[in-house]
This record gives sequence, structure tokens and C-alpha cells, in this order.
Amino acid sequence: ADIISTVEFNHTGELLATGDKGGRVVIFQREQESKNQPHRRGEYNVYSTFQSHEPEFDYLKSLEIEEKINKIRWLPQQNAAYFLLSTNDKTVKLWKVSERDKRPEGYNLKDEDGRLRDPSMITMLRVPVLRPMDLMVEATPRRVFANAHTYHINSISVNSDYETYMSADDLRINLWNFEITNQSFNIVDIKPANMEELTEVITAAEFHPHHCNTFVYSSSKGTIRLCDMRTSALCDRHAKFFEEPEDPSNRSFFSEIISSISDVKFSHSGRYIMTRDYLTVKVWDLNMENRPIETYQVHDYLRSKLCSLYENDCIFDKFECVWNGSDSVIMTGSYNNFFRMFDRNTKRDVTLEASRENSKPRAILKPRKVCVGGKRRKDEISVDSLDFSKKILHTAWHPSENIIAVAATNNLYIFQDKVN
Amino acid sequence: MFVRGLKRKCFDGEEDIEGTLAGIKAIPSYNLQRQSLLDMSLVKLQLCHMLVEPNLCRSVLIANTVRQIQEEMTQDGTWQMINTQSTGQASLDRLVSTDILCRSSREQAEGKHVPGYSTFNKDFEGDQAQDSSETMSTASSVQAPRNLQSNVWEMENPQENKGNFQKSLDQIFETLDNKSPNSVEDLFSEVDNSYYDLDTMLTGMMSNTKMGHCDGLETFSSPTTTTSNSNCKSDLNELDHIVEILVES
Repeated sequence: ADIISTVEFNHTGELLATGDKGGRVVIFQREQESKNQPHRRGEYNVYSTFQSHEPEFDYLKSLEIEEKINKIRWLPQQNAAYFLLSTNDKTVKLWKVSERDKRPEGYNLKDEDGRLRDPSMITMLRVPVLRPMDLMVEATPRRVFANAHTYHINSISVNSDYETYMSADDLRINLWNFEITNQSFNIVDIKPANMEELTEVITAAEFHPHHCNTFVYSSSKGTIRLCDMRTSALCDRHAKFFEEPEDPSNRSFFSEIISSISDVKFSHSGRYIMTRDYLTVKVWDLNMENRPIETYQVHDYLRSKLCSLYENDCIFDKFECVWNGSDSVIMTGSYNNFFRMFDRNTKRDVTLEASRENSKPRAILKPRKVCVGGKRRKDEISVDSLDFSKKILHTAWHPSENIIAVAATNNLYIFQDKVN
Repeated sequence: MFVRGLKRKCFDGEEDIEGTLAGIKAIPSYNLQRQSLLDMSLVKLQLCHMLVEPNLCRSVLIANTVRQIQEEMTQDGTWQMINTQSTGQASLDRLVSTDILCRSSREQAEGKHVPGYSTFNKDFEGDQAQDSSETMSTASSVQAPRNLQSNVWEMENPQENKGNFQKSLDQIFETLDNKSPNSVEDLFSEVDNSYYDLDTMLTGMMSNTKMGHCDGLETFSSPTTTTSNSNCKSDLNELDHIVEILVES
């Protein structure tokens, strides 16, 4: 199994897609709850597996283009088939996933094996009928959106009009129509005329969940810009600019690096945005630009270790963050296979671990605690014992239920609320 | 994976210019920490994966950090390199050695400005490509002892494990020395050339300067001119040659 690089539920929560470093997409489907055991929730089983992207070689630059899937985004379901977008660093693809459970039998010109029959031997005609067959799930690439990004794609986002979507790389954001693959509109371009003046890159972008003209993008300097596509074709001037003033007491050489936003997500309501930087998760009200309304410390005990984390490059890890269906709880990952949840209403938070060694299937997860001081209590883990190679960067929350998917390197964990 | 050991003092906004003299202590002074951070950042910028494009966000963040340090050092008036001499044993989590050679009095008087680092050194990259992961770990542990005499930097390394890193660091500094003082912007002039504008690519115009990654490959081909004046045809021939080699390998 390869390292999982993205996790995403579809709009109903029936399907869960994962993308990995090897360019594969694996889709899980939730089993229908059986009537015999109404209390046993549906489990997720593998539904389809396909190779989405292959490694490529850019001959002009003599560089490899990785097949790693950076993001998967589902389209809302409009017919029996499922559609999703998957992207690597350079190319976005639209995949159609459909089921086939019947096949025609009784051809006149060929027999059951497919061999052609001798026409002279045919004495009567019959009408082929559809007979049930074993369920087969096929994935076919329906569109390939290529050659529009010079830099690495970090985000894709489907617009609420379901006709367009955007793809964002380090310096540019392009708007696509699903039907048109040889053209895209450039809507944001922050590339300076002189590359030597480059000091800021785009780190994530997302469309507003309801307003199809509005989107946000975050930067490596910890700022978020909200843009309105109605104002002009090129949205280089933002409609709103979100930035929190720097805390002078916490200033260090690493201040800018840890302020770089790794993920930005609209709430389901569309009223808030959540951003993740290296040490915190912040919730912003769209109507207030000068500071976030909530700030949650994910792993503040790392603040004194920033130099080491810079040394081993961990400081550049890009963690994602997610909302639950009702926007009341937010979740993000950390190190040592820990992930954190924050309840916005009760202000309570919990640290959980995704690990086979430390929890059995169907057992309730035990809250974990990292000890910072000298005295380490039993069951606590000290900061220096944390395993920084076990990072949880990608998580997903079911759109309506309390089911979460957590990617821990090359393992996928699915957790559910305990049923009484 | 996380390195245990000495707890380092966190970088903070303290100004401690006198720290260098008082720095002959167990705890590295602010200036020394800053210097080692600068060195580490420079090394990080130079080491990139051979085949895959480096992460632009990471490069920008590191470059900004370097710029910030440079600015602060310029303001301080301490824009000079501190001599260090490595101890025999260099553990992974120590960025700085405990012994510090004081700066030469001449430099102090001149307030000499160390030239900023400039474009990638070709040989260095070629060497580093193979064992970038290893050298990353050694990078933090080894401080190349430098003896600043006028403008010549000599390697004075009594250590047993020279390794690629020492040689490369030496090469960086030699390059630094030869070029005129320049800011970190130069770094991106190289980066720029390796990222083609979609427009320029489509119009068939190849960028003038050579790309760092291609340099290694160019040694395979016949020594055609790889300067800005190489015509399209020779470029194509080279390209064919490169493709041939890649396909065969």
C-alpha cells in the first residue's frame, strides 16, 4: 500500500475516495445497513480501484512529474454514475465511476464466447435479453485538463454552479468549464514580472459553497484573500483581505514559516472560513478581516522546537483541516499519528491516535495527552518521544454523520460514533 | 526520527551583539544561532532533488528567512561570518560548535560585508544529487571551519569525515567569494529559468540560461555551446541525445 495523499467523502457520504502517492485512487462504499442488525452501522468496503495518474517526464525541463494525487473532489451526483476530479501536480482528470450489473445475452451473430457464428448455420432469430451479472464497477477518464499549470497544483474546487471548477498552483488560479479541456481562464496571477522578487505563493484555494462568484485563496504569508469574479476577469485585486496582526512577543525567524497557511476551508454554511497554519487552526468570520474569531492550538508544545523542525523539514508539512457537517466541530492532524478535534461550542478539545497498536477495532478511542512539563504522568507521552515521521496530514468528515476518515501514512482509519 | 539531545535556546528577538565575545560558553549566542540558521538555510536551498521539481513554497519560505537574517545582520552591522572550528565529535542536533574563533580584528574594523550567495554551483549539485538525504543530516552537524584571511576562504578541516558536504560547502563559499555581493534575489533568477512560462514555451523559445538539472546531462552530449547563443538545431540535437540516454537507462 502506498502513502495516502488525499481523502474525500462524496456529498452524500456514501463513498469515500483516497488518492495515493502512486497515482492510484481507491473508492470505498458504505454498505447498506442490514435490517437484521439495525444497530450496526454500515461499514466501508472497497468499491473501485483505478490508476488515475501515471508518472510523466517533462523533457523540456528534464524533470519528473510525480503521479501522486494531490487532491480529489467529488461532483454532486446527477445520475446513476459518480464523477470525481483528481489531480497531480500538473494535470486534472475527470473520472466517471459507474456500475454494470447486467449484460446482454443471446446475440444472433456471435455465441456466448464471442466467437462469430457461421451465418449459414443460423436458422432462427432471437432478441437479446439483459441478464444479471456480477457487479462490475468501471472507472473511465472522461476529461483530461492538461497543460495549464506551470507550477504545482495544490488545490481544486468545484463551483456551486456545477459547471465550472478551479485549479490553483503556486502562482496562478485557473477556471475551467467541465466540458472544455483545451482552454481555461486565468483568474488569479501573482507571479511577479521578475521572479527574483517572488516572496509569496498561493497555498490553497476554494470556492464558496453557495455563491458561485466567490472564492478564497490563502498564501504562504498567512493571508487569505476573498475574490469576487464579477468585479473583473482577472481577480488580482481582492474583495476582502484577511490577516491577523503579528504577535510581537512570539516573533522569531520562523514566524513567517509557521504562519504559512496550509489549508483553507469554507464552513458548510458559507459564513466562516477555517485556516490551518503550522501550529494553529483559525476560524474567521467573512465579515471581519482584521483577525480570526477563534484560534485553536493544535500542538503548541512544538513552538520551542521550531529550529529542529526546520532542520528536518517538518516545519514545511502541510496539514489539512475539516469541518463536521454542522460546522460545530473542526478536526486536524498532528504528529505521532495524533489528530485533534475542537468543539467550537463547548470549547473542549480532544487528541486521539490512529494506530493499530494502541487501539483494537471497535474499541473506543482513548484520549491522548502530550506532556510538556517535567513530570510525565502515566499514559502521557513526552514531546521528545513523538514520532515525527508519523504525521496525519489528511482527514475527512462525513457530510452529515459522525464518521471520520484519517489517513496515517499508508493506512486509512475510519472512525464512527459509538452506537449504544 | 525526532532528534533528542541538547535543548537549544529558542530563537527570539533578543539583540545580543556582545554575545559573540561572551559566546564562548555552552549556550550559543544569538549571533551564532542566527549564523547557523543562515548556513542551514543556504544548504537547504541548494539541496534539491535531482529529478523532481523542488517545492516552490518551501524555497520561497527559506529564501525569505535568509533575507530576514541578512537584513537583520546588515542592521546590526554584524554582516560577517563567524569563524568556527568543529570539535571532533559532531552530533546531529548541534548546529554550532562550542569553540569559537573570534573574528579577525581587521574584519571588525572594516565591517566587511560577506557577499551574498549566488546562483547554483553546478558541480555541487551534481555531487549532492545522490545522497542529498545523507548530506542533509550531516549538514546540520558539521560546521566548516573557515579561516577568514582577506577574501580567501580556506578549508581547514581536521575532521576525519570530510564527505561530500565539506567539499560542497567549500564550493559554495568559493562561489560566494567570487561573485559580487548580491542579495537573495539572485537565487530566483536561476529558479525562474527552470520554470518555463507557458507563453515562452508555446512560442518555442527556450530560455537562455542553462538549467541546473540539465547540467549533469549536458556532459554526455558533445560540447556544443550551451550559452544563450546556441541555436535551436543544436538544442534539438541535444534534446534527442538526452532522450536517447534516458530511454536507454
